[in-house]
Amino acid sequence: MIRRAATIALLLALPVAGVVAGNGAGGDYATLPGGSFRSALDYEDIPGNVRVAPFAMMKRPVTNGEFLAFVQANPQWRRDRVPSVMAEQRYLSHWAGPLELGTDATAAQPVVQVSWFAAAAYCEARGARLPSWNEWEYAAAADETRRDARKDPVWRERILAWYSRPSSSALPRAGLQTPNAYGVQDLHGLVWEWTDDYSSLLVAVDSRKQGDPDNARFCGAGALSMDDRDNYAVLMRVAMLSSLDAPDTTANLGFRCVKDLP
Amino acid sequence: MNLLRAFALAALMVALPATAADAPLPRDSVYQLPVQLTDHAGTTRPWSALRGQPRLVGMFYTSCQYICPLIVDSGKAIERQLSPAGQARLGIVLISMDPARDDPAALKKVVDQRKLDTARWTLASPPADEVRSVAGVLGIRYRALADGEFNHTSALVLLDADGRILARTEQMGSKPDPEFVAAVKQALR
Repeated sequence: MIRRAATIALLLALPVAGVVAGNGAGGDYATLPGGSFRSALDYEDIPGNVRVAPFAMMKRPVTNGEFLAFVQANPQWRRDRVPSVMAEQRYLSHWAGPLELGTDATAAQPVVQVSWFAAAAYCEARGARLPSWNEWEYAAAADETRRDARKDPVWRERILAWYSRPSSSALPRAGLQTPNAYGVQDLHGLVWEWTDDYSSLLVAVDSRKQGDPDNARFCGAGALSMDDRDNYAVLMRVAMLSSLDAPDTTANLGFRCVKDLP
Repeated sequence: MNLLRAFALAALMVALPATAADAPLPRDSVYQLPVQLTDHAGTTRPWSALRGQPRLVGMFYTSCQYICPLIVDSGKAIERQLSPAGQARLGIVLISMDPARDDPAALKKVVDQRKLDTARWTLASPPADEVRSVAGVLGIRYRALADGEFNHTSALVLLDADGRILARTEQMGSKPDPEFVAAVKQALR
């Protein structure tokens, strides 16, 4: 319950984007070189850096308009037909109808109220997949000019400022912010995003019970902890993802897809 | 209509949905997830083939040193709380999160070592890229570790004959949660 409450508090504190010029073209990908990367998460079983293979990432989150086209082509993902074990009741509830966006959901806004199953199905239908946490964090470490801006206190504050603004106003369009050094937009300051391995983030409340014989919830070692405690923006993402179940949807949670590169 | 006939009719009506395997699955059935399972006998079937009787479902992997043996213990402990007739009506399904290693032979080894009655117990692996989906509908979290082990939550989920989740327990070991046992007994009534 406490974890839920904390998540809700986090979600209320969601970003409204710093608006800059530029409109991302639909669904195209930026190429990210692979690399060795220091995650803000500390993996007990992986000392040092994590390796990220080269991949391509959608330049901006998937929009309502794009998701509508997917639902039209795949009617099993209509909100009135989807199995409730794969998408909870609030799935696409901001749309006017099962196949109609209406006034509260414009085509250019990032789609939200999507479950992990629905997001994964969308990417699969596009010959892509959801990013891993490591891929997302790697891409999101960049600012407009540097591939890793995380040590810059000014940039950190800028990101945090987004997170601390109220989310009561409507979501801006996707693709309005200046691209980062890889050419990717909106990783910060617009919506939260699913990762494929969201349910591997066994942190916070969970890992405290690690090794407690009276509450042996976990098999084996390998708990995660935060290696970089000043990186609150990442910490909030991880806390949010680690509290979600696969059918869950929220008013600020969207996604984007990635592809492997040969 | 005499009382006996009324009872017989009521029994029929209760039994009917469970046997109507061709009827559409309810929207809240975990069997809506399209996934194939390969069991300890090497048979591959859609997991919706498990439809038709109440089931306890959990996830595990055979090389696990710590909690996974406890998951088998937990299933056995719940069985012990049931009458022989109740035991016969409850299926127990353990699904591997490690399909790369848990082929039918590896699963069969656990069946033999733990003396599991395969009339009631099913050990099975999904395709590797479906593990997180199965875990997703069952509410189980896991991470593959660098050394081949897994860090994961443990749960047994009680499903009705159509795959709807009735109850779940994360209390592993030889002393099952009495509330969960009561839910199992209720489901077998």
